[in-house]
Parts: sequence; C-alpha cells; structure tokens
Amino acid sequence: MSIDLQTVKKIASLSRISVTDAEAEAMVPELNNILGWVEQLGEVDVTGVQPMTAVIPNHQRLRDDVVTDGNVRDKVLANAPQAEHGFFAVPKVIE
Amino acid sequence: MTDITDLTVAEIRDGFRAGDFSAREVASAFNANVATAKALNAFIVETPDSALAAADAADAARAAGDLKPLSGVPIGMKDLFCTQGVQTTAASHMLEGFVPTYESTVSGKLWAAGAGMLGKLNLDQFAMGSSNETSYYGNVISPWRRNDGGNAALAPGGSSGGSSSAIAARLCPAATGTDTGGSIRQPAAFTGISGIKPTYGRCSRWGIVAFASSLDQAGPMARTVRDNALLLEVMAGFDPKDSTSLDLAVPQWEANLSSDLRGKTVGIPREYRPDGLNAEIAALWDQGIAWLKDAGATVVDVSLPHTKYALPTYYIIAPAEASSNLARYDGVRYGQRDLPDGAGLQDMYAATRAAGFGPEVKRRIMIGTYVLSAGFYDAYYTQAQKVRALIARDFEQAFEQCDLLLTPTAPSAAFTLGEKQADPLAMYLNDVFTVPASLAGLPAMSVPGGLDAAGLPLGLQIIGKALDEQTVLNAGLAIEERAGFVARPDKWW
Repeated sequence: MSIDLQTVKKIASLSRISVTDAEAEAMVPELNNILGWVEQLGEVDVTGVQPMTAVIPNHQRLRDDVVTDGNVRDKVLANAPQAEHGFFAVPKVIE
Repeated sequence: MTDITDLTVAEIRDGFRAGDFSAREVASAFNANVATAKALNAFIVETPDSALAAADAADAARAAGDLKPLSGVPIGMKDLFCTQGVQTTAASHMLEGFVPTYESTVSGKLWAAGAGMLGKLNLDQFAMGSSNETSYYGNVISPWRRNDGGNAALAPGGSSGGSSSAIAARLCPAATGTDTGGSIRQPAAFTGISGIKPTYGRCSRWGIVAFASSLDQAGPMARTVRDNALLLEVMAGFDPKDSTSLDLAVPQWEANLSSDLRGKTVGIPREYRPDGLNAEIAALWDQGIAWLKDAGATVVDVSLPHTKYALPTYYIIAPAEASSNLARYDGVRYGQRDLPDGAGLQDMYAATRAAGFGPEVKRRIMIGTYVLSAGFYDAYYTQAQKVRALIARDFEQAFEQCDLLLTPTAPSAAFTLGEKQADPLAMYLNDVFTVPASLAGLPAMSVPGGLDAAGLPLGLQIIGKALDEQTVLNAGLAIEERAGFVARPDKWW
C-alpha cells in the first residue's frame, strides 16, 4: 500500500510536526520507499509466534510504596522555556 | 618518554598508580590534543576544567592512598548522557542550551570511579544515523584518510561518531557510546578501535536521552579489549531507576580476560555472507576464523534464517519507539520553543518540533507514528515484534551448537561523507550485520582486524550469548593479539 500527500500531512499532524506543502511532497516518495521496503515482513510466516515483549527475561519489580523524591520544583523548572510563578507556562488554551 | 596520549586506559591507570606521571599531566596532555583538533568536530562541548578538577582529585587521592578504579583516567562522554551542569543536546537543536540538573547513572558511575570528563562528544542527532551526518552541530570527520593521496572526508561511523573519531585521533583514551542498532560497533569498525554493546539491561538507561528503549544500551569504546572490559565493569550494574535494568552482580571481566579459547565453539552464520559481500571483508572474516582456531576454538557453520528480515524489523520497531519517546519534546518543559505570533498550544507544539528536529529525526518520528496508527498497528508493529521473536529464536537455536558467533561488523570500510546522504535506505543497509544482535538483546563487540587496500580499518564482530560478555571479550582479545593492529591515522588535523 502506498501513501499519498494527504496521508503524509495527516501523519505530520499526528506527529505534531508542521510541514510545508513542499516538504510534505518531498516526503511522499521517501516514506513510500521505506515503507515499501519494510513491507517484506509480511511474507514471514508468524503462525503461532507471540510478539516479543522483552529481549532478556526479567521480572517486573515493585518498589516499596514510599516517597523517594520531591521538593525539587526549581530543578524541574530550570530548563523550561517559560516558567512563571512556579509553573510551566503555555499559550492561553481557553478564551 | 612516551606520549601520554598514546597510552591505553589500563596503562594510564597503572602508570598513574606507579607514580610514572601525575593525573594532571595526563589530563593536560589530552586537553591539549582536544584543543588542537577542532577540524574533526568531535566535541560539542569541551570541558578541560572538569578534566583538570578530576585529575587534581585523583592526585590528592593518590597522595592519601585512596585510589579508585579509574583514578587519573580522563574520558569523553557521548552527548546523549545527561551530565549535571553541562549542556546535553543529543546533537539536536531541540535540546540546545539544555543543562541537566541531574547526572545519568552510567556517567555518574564513571565519575564516582575517579574518571574525569574531557568533554561532550558529537553524535548523530538523537543517535539516529550511521555516519554522524545528522548532527545539528555539523559532521564529525574521521581522522582516517584513504591512502590514495586524496583528502576526501570520511565518515567516522554513527551514531557514536564523535567517540570513535576522538579515540582514533588520541583526543581521549576511551569514551562512552550507546548502541541501538550498531552505534558503538560500526563506528568502532570504521576507525580501527574496539567497542562493546553489553547484554540489554546490563547498563542503566537512566539519564540517557532515549531513542528506542527496547534496544538502547550504553557501552564503552576504547583502543583495546582490556580497556573495554575494565570500563564496562564500572558502567554496568543494577539501577532501580531503570525498570529494565538487570539485578545481577557485575562480573570481573578484566580479571577473567583470557585469549585461550580451547573448549569454545565459534559459529559462522552463513546468512552473513551474501552474494556480493565485499571481497576484502570476506577475506578478513576468513582470517578471523583462522585466528580463533589458532586460539583453540572449534568452528562450525550455523544458520540464522531470519537475518534478512532484521533490518526491516528494526526500521519498524526503532521508529515506533522513537515516535513515542520523542513526544516529550513539546516546547513546554525543556529545550527549544517556537511560538509563532498568535499561535495556540497545538501550533506551538508543531512549530517547535518542526524547528527543533532535523530531517532524519522527523522522518523516523513520522514512520513510527504511521506504523503505530489506527488500522496499521497490527500489520506493521505487531508483525515486526513477531519477526523479532523469530530472530531471537534463531540465535537461541544457533547457541545450542556454539558459544559465540563471528561476523564482519559492517559491509564496507568507512565511506565518504555525503556518499549515502541522498538515500536513507542505503544508509540503513550499513547496519545489516549489527542490527540482529540488537534486536535479540545480545552482547556484541567490534574489534579491528586489519586494513583494506585503501588503508582503512575493517572490524570483526563477535556476538555472544545473553550475559556472556566474558566470552565475547575473550574472543576479542584472541583476535586482538593475533591481528596486531597498530595502524593509526596520520595526523592532518
């Protein structure tokens, strides 16, 4: 199956990456080339095969239900492009 | 006296302990090499003061009789590891100016063991690339040149290209790398050094900028197998902050190094010798087989039937995980923000990510988004995870007949910068021999085997059973002793 310009724009939108029309056009053959190549996986017989979930057998650990971190607000905010009054600031979302 | 910058990590460690030189002399010598090698563009940030401070601490520790495993040893740190107080960018514009308020587990272990930092090493942007041509901070140049008298700039490999270039050029005796589909092994092969990707889970991923979490592993890169062994001992170990970290004791890999391979069986996977395999690579592989036999090993042919599907599997799984991991770069919590006039929140996300990510990163995020999207998830992602299980099963079955595998590391020697830039698929194919072990989480190492006719290094890859880094290192040592690889690039930078 091949993807068209509309699909590329939809993927870009889902990815939250703005693209110009020219960029999207250029991506159509690029992405089709790569997706066409990975589609060869469809020919592998995977009957009865479980999808891999962990490469090395490992058990899920549970840690003690205690506070191990916190009181680091200023550290958390230190790299924010915009921090105000101890919060992350973003453009207004509700009028 | 020998130039300190020609010494290995073990030689620096031991010479420093013996009082042959001070840690400050070592750090100063490497700082000087770093300062005069701008043409290689191996570093994004140089930290000479940090290296000197660690050296002074090591000199004081020696005087006090309080030496640590890496006291006196300066190293380079791939700029994918968060370093407290030192900019960490993953070679992206997105994280330009990001100064972590915390230290990655692996880098923290190295500093706690006495190592000093020479700087943050360049890489492919978000570790996505095989030639170090996707960095926002410019290409890294390999110190190697072809012996034809031309001076074409060659790729140092990727994504750990700053690490490989810096080590080959004697800017640092060792460096950290990370390997998702070959990013330690392929650059090591391209520059005539060694590097090991341990078993998935050996090294904590905490504080390493995430690319594909089920594949990412940290590992050392250095000029000798011994150096890799001793560095990996420091870097590995259980970390409760990484849910996939293995809760296992760290073996004494260095003390147990032995190039005696009697009793070991080496498998030669026939699928790694496709029609058209570069003749010099094939010849080196045959030489490698002879070396391992000479070390006492038995050699058998094995089959890994799903090998041809490893790359397409990887290029579904890695982008899928990347699209999820890189969703965090939203212009809110850290990194760049691009806020067009009058833009709302959604527009800000899209503008920020358009400006902050390079073309290859965008390409992979979009492929990952597509293969995970409604209606396509099973056809692509679930199918890839099933094929991945078959690839892992191939290795399990092969290891019923042998203890390790020997293959070439890469299908060619270093290529010219720009040569594969126009075609993403051609670039991806460079990882054909390294990706399968990554998908199966197995330990794998590249060691230099010799030079091709153009005078460029070629590497051999050793793949081991899960958790059996020792056999991988031992076979690497057996090759190292027999290859006698002492070639080094002539200084032009």
